[in-house]
Amino acid sequence: MSKRRVVVTGLGHLSAVGNDVATGWANLLAGQSGIGQITRFDASDLACTIAGEVKGFDVTQYISPKEARRMDLFIHYGIAAALQAIADSGLDDVAGLDKTRVGVNIGSGIGGLPLIEETDGDLRAGGPRKIGPFFIPGSLINLIAGHVTILKGYQGPSYGIVSACTTGAHSIGDAARMIAYGDADVMVAGGAEGAICRLGIGGFAAMKALSTRNDDPATASRPWDKGRDGFVMGEGAGVLVLEEYEHAVKRGARIYAEFAGFGMSSDAHHITAPNAEGPARGVTNALRDAGINADQVDYVNAHGTSTPLGDSNETNALKIAFGDHAKKLVVNSTKSMTGHLLGGAGGVEAVYSVLALHHQISPPTINIFEQDIEGGCDLDYVANTARAMKINVAISNSFGFGGTNGTLVFKKV
Amino acid sequence: MENIEQRVKKIVAEQLGVPETDVKNESSFVNDLGADSLDTVELVMALEEEFECEIPDEEAEKITTVQQAIDYVSGNLDK
Repeated sequence: MSKRRVVVTGLGHLSAVGNDVATGWANLLAGQSGIGQITRFDASDLACTIAGEVKGFDVTQYISPKEARRMDLFIHYGIAAALQAIADSGLDDVAGLDKTRVGVNIGSGIGGLPLIEETDGDLRAGGPRKIGPFFIPGSLINLIAGHVTILKGYQGPSYGIVSACTTGAHSIGDAARMIAYGDADVMVAGGAEGAICRLGIGGFAAMKALSTRNDDPATASRPWDKGRDGFVMGEGAGVLVLEEYEHAVKRGARIYAEFAGFGMSSDAHHITAPNAEGPARGVTNALRDAGINADQVDYVNAHGTSTPLGDSNETNALKIAFGDHAKKLVVNSTKSMTGHLLGGAGGVEAVYSVLALHHQISPPTINIFEQDIEGGCDLDYVANTARAMKINVAISNSFGFGGTNGTLVFKKV
Repeated sequence: MENIEQRVKKIVAEQLGVPETDVKNESSFVNDLGADSLDTVELVMALEEEFECEIPDEEAEKITTVQQAIDYVSGNLDK
């Protein structure tokens, strides 16, 4: 059986740089940072007081206030991005759409951490009778998919993958295989996160993983810069509508890009420290799956989190995977503006990769004041200014705690 | 200050996301106001909160209409 082709026909997104795709993309191209002081709670006693918060988001544009009250923020974000992507794809207007052939796979790295934290407070203050009946369904990771299938009547596969910061990439890659393998004709896929709470920020701060550039939030996320000192937590969601090629063509859908391949690997090394061979193997596996040679790749949406170890490690991984061609790649970190969305990162960055390919332009990596050449970060990171360029093939990298890696490959149709 | 009936109806409307005008004394939470099993649990919690009382589970199960909620609260606040 030959593999069925998969294309991207819808995009949905919200993050610190905008609550829809058009706004977010315009801000990325303009090099606009979405990072600021944390407003969601009092962070003054934490080592890190900054984050890339979603701003001015009104969930009741998407679901009723009654429904909204029963779920944590990451589910709001996931539903919003999914409904945007579905609207963008025009799926709602397809007469006779076979909804048994439409599925959803939207993951989250952590799920309902703010609600868990809040409910623990209720439990300690008032005893077990104060635990609400919506605590569990409001914090469960697969409930984004659950709600989207209920809202839209989709009866195909419904799930969410959990693999830390590789969640979004894994969810999209696995969903594409559902289509390629024949389990579904359309998959709504991506990642979401809403973990900016005391437990979330405090937990990552305890690992010394976060930037403490609290006095200058807009420049705190600075991948491959000499002064990088950790990642900045972001939040939001990114979702694609993936569709079997003939299905999309037959209904006259707008096709943004072809989903060409997906690869995974494990470092088998350390729970948090990266190594170069693992990510390199993930990239190589993805290119093999796509049937694409390394020298055909133009654009890399990097994991690029702004941690001292991670950024140089990813550069080394790209050199292993691409050899001499690594020098010709454009390696871009949109996290310099959005912060790191954890399980949502692979989702929004898949959206950005598809847009880069569709519009033939790379967003900048902002805040590269002094590129860390001595530290081995010597590739073309499209520093500080967006660049119009020819992009036939774009890849998106995601790496997560536990040493789990995922790479998505998109190409022009 | 609002009476018990008004306060109960307000909470029911808020919890179940229905207009207050739809909340009649004889309304059944499940059959008339669209509540599911989780909604009714949360509704009882909200009543406990509002009236600063504890409604035992076996009593809560018997509260299925607006009037029953009003009666329960009235009966127990008098004690």
